Order: sequence, then C-alpha cells, then structure tokens
Amino acid sequence: MSGNHHDRHHHGHDHDHLHPYDPEHHHPHRPDQDDTMTYYRLMEEAVRELMIEKGLVTPDDIRAEVEAMDARVPANGAKVVARAWTDPDFKKRLIETPKEAIAEAGHDIGPMKLVVLENTPEVHNVVVCTLCSCYPRWILGIPPDWYKSRSYRSRVVREPRAVLKEFGTEIAGDREVRVHDSTADMRYFVLPMRPAGTDGMSEEDLAALVHRDAMIGVTEVSGAR
Amino acid sequence: MPRFAVGDRVRVHKQFPPTPPSHIRTPYYIRGLSGTVERICGAFKNPEELAFGRPGTPEVPLYRVRFRQKDVWPDYDGNEADKIEIEIFEFWLDAAGDGA
Repeated sequence: MSGNHHDRHHHGHDHDHLHPYDPEHHHPHRPDQDDTMTYYRLMEEAVRELMIEKGLVTPDDIRAEVEAMDARVPANGAKVVARAWTDPDFKKRLIETPKEAIAEAGHDIGPMKLVVLENTPEVHNVVVCTLCSCYPRWILGIPPDWYKSRSYRSRVVREPRAVLKEFGTEIAGDREVRVHDSTADMRYFVLPMRPAGTDGMSEEDLAALVHRDAMIGVTEVSGAR
Repeated sequence: MPRFAVGDRVRVHKQFPPTPPSHIRTPYYIRGLSGTVERICGAFKNPEELAFGRPGTPEVPLYRVRFRQKDVWPDYDGNEADKIEIEIFEFWLDAAGDGA
C-alpha cells in the first residue's frame, strides 16, 4: 500500500512533501470539507448570531462553553473508576448517589442524571442509545463516532456478544451480558472490573489503565503491562 | 406518584406512531413486550410534548424496565440470562401478570 503510494509520487527526483509550490506538479487532493454549509449548520449560525445580536449571550460565553465541553475527557471518568477500585466506601456512594460521589472526586456532572453500572464476574454491562447518541458527556466528553453509528446502535442490542467480540472482548458464555439502552433522561457509566495483578498499584497508576471504551462497556480493562 | 413498583411486571404498549409523526422515546423493537421494573428514575417532563414546544407538564414517571433478550429477539443465541434494560415512560406501560 505505502509502496504504491510512493511510486505514484516518484517523478525521478528527490522530494518530500514539503516541496515548494509547483503548478506543474500535481498530487491528487482530498477535497476541502469546510465549505459544506448544511441546513443545520446554517440554522446554528443564524440562531447564534441572533442571540448575540439580542444580547442574550456573548461570543465569549460561547467560547467558554465550547472550551468547557472540550475539557471533559475520558481521563475524568478513569480517575473516578480508579478511586472506586481503591476505596470501597467511595464505590458504594458512586453507585448509590453518583452525582454527589463524582463531585467529591472533583467533577461537576451538571444536570446529568447518571446511573453507574458495576461490572462483576457475573454481569458485563454495555451502553448504547438506539434512538440517537445519548452519552455521559459531562464525565466522558464527546462520544466516539462509532457510538453514534447506525451499525453499533442497531447491532449491539440484538447481538451484543458478536459486537463485543469485534472490539476484542470475549464474554464467557456463563456470564450475563446486560445491554442498557439510553432512551430518555438517564445517562450510563460502566464501572469496569479491576484487573488481576494490580494489587498495590497507586490510584494514579490504576487510572492510567482505564480507557474510554471500558466505561462504555465494549472493552474490559487489562492489567499492568 | 408512580403507578408501578420495582419488581412489577409491565407490558409496553404495542402502538405505532400516530399521524402526523410524533416524537417517541420508546423504541419500536420493545413495543408489545413484557418486562420487570428495575428502578424508578423519577419524574420528567414529557418529551413527546416538549418536542412540539409544549410545556410537557405534569411530569411523568420514568422507569427502567428489564427484558430477557430471548423475549426480545426470538432467534437470540447468547446466554439465556442476557438482558436489555430500557427507560420507558409510565404512559407507555400497562400492568402485566406473571408469565405474561
């Protein structure tokens, strides 16, 4: 693949891709995609400009909100998981009163109504929103594209074990798989199982093992490498 | 006051969207099926009203209902114990007897 790519571009002279502009020298270009003014994009711009014009919000408010959204990352969730693994009382609070427990861990989940699903040797949980793409953004940030895909949304409810296998996750036949369809006002967060061989690890090192997909439930957390 | 309690057997209405099309949070695949109330989530403004700019009040109880995958997909080939849990608003549910 890369060999072909190179050959196509090799014109008998040495160059890399930082060569100066040469109108005689044509590379196939991917089209720019920043000129697609779709209906909803236009509507968003129109409403935003109107709200600014009417003094309801300022451009600075919007920037701050976008930055706050971007600052929500899966590492926040990973810290919560690591704390639950090392502090049984915190884990209990996390399951019973998630909002308060997560606030205690330093994260505000805003108006989000969260349900924490604990994976156990008996039950593996996995989350989907079949109707759209509801996701616990306040703790995990922006959802991955596959989470929003029609394929994931329609298949994981119907053949969860096959979908999990495609993520490299094989669930033992005698372990229950529980799919959670996020259809209304609740959001779901999977508390993965603490991997074997991690006794004595610090909370910080444990948090580094926890990744986004495990908190959606399509993967499990593996031990120290 | 929620009409159902945790552990109650309930059946989802088998209902198609009215005309003109509505905004519905009960997925098609679960309609007409029976499950068990797993928890009561609280009361929320009715999204089927909110979607049309109406106030959505009074708030309606929301439940998480647990279904056996075998009941949802007749050809399901995973573990007998596999489940699916979905949030369903009270006005989509009727009481269902045992074994329903």
